Amino acid sequence: MPSVAPLLEVKDLTVGFRTDRGDVTAIEDVSFQVRPGEILGIVGESGCGKSVTSRSIMRLLPEQNSFIDHRSEILFNGVNLAHTDESVMRSIRGNRIAMIFQEPMTALNPVFTIGWQLDEALKYHTPMNKLQRREHAIEMLRSVDIPHPRQRYCEYPHQLSGGMRQRVVIALALCCGPELLLADEPTTALDVTIQAQILSLMDELRKKSDTAVVLITHDLGVIAQICDRVVVMYAGQIVETADVESLFARPQHPYTKALLESIPLPGPAHHQTRLPTIDGLVPSLFELPSGCRFQDRCPYQDEQCVREPPSLSQESNLRKVRCFFPINES
Amino acid sequence: MWAYIIRRVVYNIPVFLAIVLLVMVLLRQQDPVPGLLGKNATQKEYDSKRKELGLDRPLMVQYVSLLNQIVRFDFKQEMWTQPGMTVGEQLRKAIPPSLSLTLPALVLTSLVSISIGLFSAFARGRWLDKALVFFAVLGMSVSFLVYIIFGQYLGSYQLGQLAGRPIFAIHGYEPGLEHWAYYLLLPVLISVVVSMGYDTRFYRAVMVEETGRDYITTARSKGASTAKIMFVHMLRNAMIPIITRIMITLPFLVTGSILLETFFGIPGMGNVLLTAILNSDFPVVEVFASIFSGMFIVSIIATDILYAVFDPRVRLQ
Repeated sequence: MPSVAPLLEVKDLTVGFRTDRGDVTAIEDVSFQVRPGEILGIVGESGCGKSVTSRSIMRLLPEQNSFIDHRSEILFNGVNLAHTDESVMRSIRGNRIAMIFQEPMTALNPVFTIGWQLDEALKYHTPMNKLQRREHAIEMLRSVDIPHPRQRYCEYPHQLSGGMRQRVVIALALCCGPELLLADEPTTALDVTIQAQILSLMDELRKKSDTAVVLITHDLGVIAQICDRVVVMYAGQIVETADVESLFARPQHPYTKALLESIPLPGPAHHQTRLPTIDGLVPSLFELPSGCRFQDRCPYQDEQCVREPPSLSQESNLRKVRCFFPINES
Repeated sequence: MWAYIIRRVVYNIPVFLAIVLLVMVLLRQQDPVPGLLGKNATQKEYDSKRKELGLDRPLMVQYVSLLNQIVRFDFKQEMWTQPGMTVGEQLRKAIPPSLSLTLPALVLTSLVSISIGLFSAFARGRWLDKALVFFAVLGMSVSFLVYIIFGQYLGSYQLGQLAGRPIFAIHGYEPGLEHWAYYLLLPVLISVVVSMGYDTRFYRAVMVEETGRDYITTARSKGASTAKIMFVHMLRNAMIPIITRIMITLPFLVTGSILLETFFGIPGMGNVLLTAILNSDFPVVEVFASIFSGMFIVSIIATDILYAVFDPRVRLQ
């Protein structure tokens, strides 16, 4: 697979916000690649910069109070999106890069029909006429397993359940056949059975159309289920990247290890022991420690961790870790 | 929906009847006859005047007589201050000038303030927004009278001097569309400027709330332009507060504007109503209060219907 050229190549993405308390850096030097047909998972706690990463790729962050560092590159098919024109972005959004959001209950416009909202995207990006767009939209609803798509086409979001609405959001994202899909916690607001259905739906779609997916989640179970590779983020930085098998088998960063340990396991053997959690909170962006950002919560903390920030080392091109003392268990 | 409308209308009939009765009772707390006759009238003159005006009849008889006129929509009772002219004739004469002032003013104010509110909300935090909010607050803080006096000075006097002929009348009124701009455009513009500050701030607040909604991000991620997002996605969602605000002002269209009508000499409802109240002209006040409260009830019901038209989540039942 490494022989295939990456569809998306994010290089040193640094994004900041202007606030009343001064500028803060929300994500720093984030770099990763996604190839066609690949599912990349981005995992981390709330507030670690996952959503900022995906929204920066789409350039959806409000321009008046956020900025992308001038050295950052977001290469999509070789074109740098980080500093391109809004008009270019508009022709890409919804067309070649599409996005699925976390909250299906609020992501759809409540006062327009499902059909109208699908039709809008098709109107912007395809030369289809009205009738063709209608048929295509109904076909899209059918492809995401919405029953009675013809009837649903004329209905409003409030007439649908949460799971059905998320399917509509996915149909909306996929209706122009994007090459890259950014899914920002697509299953967080859904119950577990619907979650499994949505995930297998996404897996099926990438197999069928070779769409690359960036899946953002805080749920390692979701990562294990469908991702090929994983990026673990902490406090705005990538702390570890690996393919899914080696990450779960041999986590190298203490944060990754702690995350994996805090997944509850089924079975009576585990009922007796207390589920391990990570003490403390993600540090505020305003008061980041000078050394390693995970130092306060890390069981392996050393004096070097306080003194200087670790950089992202490279074991191989696919495996990187940001730690002075990576765990080496086999 | 028809069942809903009929039920709402029926439920509001007692409310309407109560308002009419209340107005009559409140008016009769003070005897109007001494005012109409002057201080030197004899008891005999006084009694015959009461009889002439029908005030000697029991209240319920007067009430039924008024209701009878309302039901037939024929206000044939004579005015007390202008004997020989019926209340209906007076309304027919005074409402058109008022409407040709207040209706264009409402339409213009709403269009302008909704648009400015949208732009301001979309540019929130930037200098454009800050400048718009500054002018809105400034506009709100200046007295109505200042606008009228400066409007007349600049619009009628200075502009007339500049053009060598009067562009806008300073005083007076003639019916007819061809005279509209000459007599009424200036007061309409003044009225727009007066209400714009407050309205802009209201609509900006409504729109600011919408800009933070998730559906806006979804629309942007579909590739929608800023204009599409503002005028299609946001405006449609903001319709409920917009409808509420506009509909509640509808009954006031017929009351005209006392200040503008007085300063510009427009023979509208504002003037008629003021004269009637000052001279205890009960028939005019009673009929007008009835029409006004009737319009209020109708516009509230119409507001609910419009909610259902613009928001699919609202169901009338």
